[in-house]
Amino acid sequence: MSSQRTRRRKAEQLRTLLETQSESIQKNVDHLNQARYEAVNRFERFEELRSEARKIKENSIEELPSLLETLQDQVEANGGHVYLAKDAEDANRYITNVAASKDAETLVKSKSMTTEEIEVNDALEEIGVDVWETDLGEFVLQVAEEAPSHLVGPSLHKSRDEVATLFNRVFEPDEPFETAEELTEFARDYLGDQIREADIGMTGANFILAESGTITLVTNEGNARKSAVTPNTHIAVAGVEKVIPNADTLQPFVELISKTATGQDLPQYVSMLTPPVESPTIDFDEPDAPLGSGDAEREFHLVLIDNGRMEMRDDEQLKETLYCIRCGACANSCGNFQHVGGHAFGGETYTGGIATGWEAGIEDLQTAGEFNDLCTGCSRCVNACPVKIDIPWINTVVRDRLNRERAPSDFEFLVEGLTPDSEETVDLQKRFFGNFDTVATLGSATAPVSNWLANLGPVRALMDRAFGIAPERDLPEFKRETLADWFANRGSTVPEATAERTVVLYPDVYTNYVLTNRGKAAIHTLEALGVHVELATPIESGRAPLSQGMIQTATNLAEDVAADLRPHLDEGRDLVMIEPSDLAMVRREYDKLLDADAFERLSENSYDVMEYVYGLLANGADINELAEVNDSIAYHSHCQQRTMGVDAYTEAVFEEFGVDFVTSDVECCGMAGSFGYKSQYYELSMDLGSNLAEQFEGTDRTIVASGTSCTEQLSTLFRREVTHPIEVIAPSGP
Amino acid sequence: MSTSTVETFESSLKELNISMTRTEPANFEATIESLVSSPAVGVPLDSYEGLSLSNTSVETPPTPQLLKSSETGVTPVGKAIAEYGTLVLDSDSAGTEPVGLYPPHHVGIVRENDVLETVDSVGRHLESRFAAGKSSIFATGVSSTGDMGSLVEGVHGPKNVDVVLITDR
Ligand code: SF4
Repeated sequence: MSSQRTRRRKAEQLRTLLETQSESIQKNVDHLNQARYEAVNRFERFEELRSEARKIKENSIEELPSLLETLQDQVEANGGHVYLAKDAEDANRYITNVAASKDAETLVKSKSMTTEEIEVNDALEEIGVDVWETDLGEFVLQVAEEAPSHLVGPSLHKSRDEVATLFNRVFEPDEPFETAEELTEFARDYLGDQIREADIGMTGANFILAESGTITLVTNEGNARKSAVTPNTHIAVAGVEKVIPNADTLQPFVELISKTATGQDLPQYVSMLTPPVESPTIDFDEPDAPLGSGDAEREFHLVLIDNGRMEMRDDEQLKETLYCIRCGACANSCGNFQHVGGHAFGGETYTGGIATGWEAGIEDLQTAGEFNDLCTGCSRCVNACPVKIDIPWINTVVRDRLNRERAPSDFEFLVEGLTPDSEETVDLQKRFFGNFDTVATLGSATAPVSNWLANLGPVRALMDRAFGIAPERDLPEFKRETLADWFANRGSTVPEATAERTVVLYPDVYTNYVLTNRGKAAIHTLEALGVHVELATPIESGRAPLSQGMIQTATNLAEDVAADLRPHLDEGRDLVMIEPSDLAMVRREYDKLLDADAFERLSENSYDVMEYVYGLLANGADINELAEVNDSIAYHSHCQQRTMGVDAYTEAVFEEFGVDFVTSDVECCGMAGSFGYKSQYYELSMDLGSNLAEQFEGTDRTIVASGTSCTEQLSTLFRREVTHPIEVIAPSGP
Repeated sequence: MSTSTVETFESSLKELNISMTRTEPANFEATIESLVSSPAVGVPLDSYEGLSLSNTSVETPPTPQLLKSSETGVTPVGKAIAEYGTLVLDSDSAGTEPVGLYPPHHVGIVRENDVLETVDSVGRHLESRFAAGKSSIFATGVSSTGDMGSLVEGVHGPKNVDVVLITDR
C-alpha cells in the first residue's frame, strides 16, 4: 500500500473512533485523572515509594530465574502445581488439560490481561467449557464481543446507554434496564449464579511472592475473591514478570497501584492468597451442610507465561516494560489516548503508551508499529508511572527499530540532503520532520520566496503526497534574517567583564529561523537585568529526529550541541533555553544519548528562560528594568515543561509582575511537534486542540504559550498572534 | 497502640462511609444484635477469648445456604490499618473469607489492640501468615464498580460494612 493510502486509512480509523467512542473515553479518563492527581497529591510518600517500587522491580527482573525457582518449589511445597508456559499455545494446552481432567463444564474468570493475551477463552470454549467473565467491564465486552480498550477499565469506551441497549437486546428483561444500578444488579445476580455453579475459578495475579507462593489480586468488585475461593479448583495465570520476593516487597505496590490506577487510596480488595487456600470448600449442591464438610479438596495451578518476556528481559531497551504493573496511568495521562482510546492506541492486547513495549515484546514490532506513532513524546505519562518507566523512550526505541525495517519510497529523490539516520529506510514523512533543521536552513536562506512557494496549491499537494503534510496547516514562515545573523550584527550590550552573570543562550531551530522575536526578547530581558549573553551555535538539539525515532541522528546532534556548549560551560556560563522541548532534551533525553558526565553537566546548568528570569529577580535584579505589563493573560504552558516542573516559574514571574492571568489545564495542545502537521493525525490533533480552545474560548486576554507547537496550535485555533511569556515582559531594546 | 491510632482508624472509616461501634466485651452480644439484619451468618469467634456469637441471632457455622440467603455476615478481623480504614481479613477454615464476602452486609469485629497505624506495620503479621501457608485480604470500603457508567456500590461483595471495636475495658 502506498504511504499516502496508509495515512488515509489511519485517518479514517481515527475519525471513526473520534465520532463513536471519544466522548465516553474522555469522560471516564478525565475522572480517573482527576482522582489520580488528588490521590497522589495527598500522599506524601509517593515519590519515595515510586523509587522503592522501581528498585524492587529492577532487582526482581534481574533475579527472575532464581525467583522462579524459589516460587516453583514453594507452590509445590504448599500443595499446588506450577507450569511455566513458553507461549500462548503451550499455556492453553496445559489449562485445557486441567479443565478436561476436572470434567469442567463452566469456568469463571476475574479480570486478567494476561489471559486476554493468550486468548484462553477461545481455547476453553473449543473444548466445550463455558467461560464467564465476572468483572463487570469484561462481562460487558464478552456480551458485546469486543476487545478491551483500557488496561484497568476494559469497557470504558462504552457509555451507560450503550450498555443498557446492549443488555436489553441480549437479555430481553421484562422491564428494560436504564440505570447503572439496575445494570449492575442484573450482572451481579447473573454472574453470581455462574460463580456458584462453576467448576473452575480462573484469576490473574498482580503480584506473586516467590518465598511463600502467595498470589496477590487487586479488585474493587470482589469478583476475584469469589472466583478464587468458590470453585474447588483455582487456576491463576500470570506473566513471569509478576514475581517479587516477599510480603516486604509487596507493600509499596499495594499503596501505589490504585492511587495511579483509579485515584483510590487503596483498592477495595487486595487478596493475598497462598493457595491451595485454607478457606473451606463451598458446595452449593449441599446447601445445608457446613462449609468444608464434604470430602472435596482444593486444587491450585499456577500457570506462568513467558511468551517473549524472557527475551524482553535480555533486551536492554525493552526490559523496562517488564516493570509495568498495568495501572493504566500512562494511558489516562495521554492526550491522544483520551481522544481515541485503546482501540486505536493499543495492539492485540495492551493499550496506552506502554502497549508499544508490551506488543513489541510479546507480539512483534509490526503490531507495535500500528499505533506507536500516537505517542508524541509529550512525556505527561512520565511522572504518572508508579514504577518510573520512561514510556516515551520505549516508544522512541520501537520507532527507531521500525524505521530500520521500512522499504524505501518513490519520493526518495525529494529528500536528498536529509539525513536518513543510519540507514536509508526511514519513511519520508519521518525524514522530513526529523531533519527539520535542514528544511529550516534552506527555507530561511530562500525566504521569502520559499514561504510563498510552500503555500502554493500544487506544492502543498505534493507535500501531502510525499511527506503527508496536512494541507490544512499553516506552514512556519521562515525569516530571512535569523536570530544568529541578527545577534552577529548587533553583538552583546553588556560586557562580560562587568556583568553579574553570563549566560549562553541556545537558539533552537524555531527561535533561530521562525520565531526570532522571542529570541530577541530573551536577549533584551537578560541584558536589561545585567546579564552578559552569548549565543550558542544554532545546532538542532536532536529533538526533531528523536521524535521520529531517528536515534542515531539525534545522538550525533546531541554530541555536536554538547561540544559546542562545552567551552561556554568551562567559562562558567549558564545555559538558558527558550523552547521547552529542547530543554527537556537536555534535561531528560540526553541521559540516553550522551555519556553520563556530559549529560550531567548540561542538565545541571540548564535553565528555562523564565526560570532564569525568576532566579535573577529573586536574587535582587530590578524588575523595573523590564516592560510594564498591563494586559491580562491566558497562559498555556508546555507538556514537557510541566513534566519537568518548570512551568511554575513562568507563573511565578507573572505573579511578580502582578499580572492577571489564567492557565489551561489540558495535558497537551495536540500539536506535539510534527504530529499535528501529519495529514493522518491532523483531525485528531485538532480534536485535542478543541479542548484547549474551549478553555480559552471567547477570551480577550493576550494568549501566551511557552512551546512552539502550542504557539502554532493556538494561532490556528484563535487566528491571532500568540507570543512567548518572555515577549510579554521584555523591554524594548536595540 | 495509642488512642490516636484508633481515632485515625475511625476517621478513615468515616471517609469510607463505614461506622465504627465501640463495645466492651460485656455488651458485645447486644451490640451485635443492634447491627445485624436477619438472617445473619457468622464465623465462630474461637480466636477471641470471651466473645461468642452463640447467644445471638447470628447463625454458625456457615453453610452454602446461609451464604446465599443471609443479609449480614459477621467475622473476626485479624488486623486493621488505621491510615486507610482497612480490615485485614485472615482466611481460615471456619470461613471468614466467604462470610465476609457473600452477604450484602459485613460486620467485622476488631480488637482494639489489633488496630495498627500503617500498611507497613501489618507487614510482620502478613509475613508470618504467608510463611505458614495462610492467606489474608485487605478490605477497604465496600465493593464497587464504575463499569456500568457510574459508580455503583455492592457488586460481588458487600454493599455495607460495619466495624465493631472491642475495647479492653
Ligand atoms: S507503564 Fe507505568 S503508568 Fe503505564 S500502565 Fe505500566 S505501570 Fe502504569
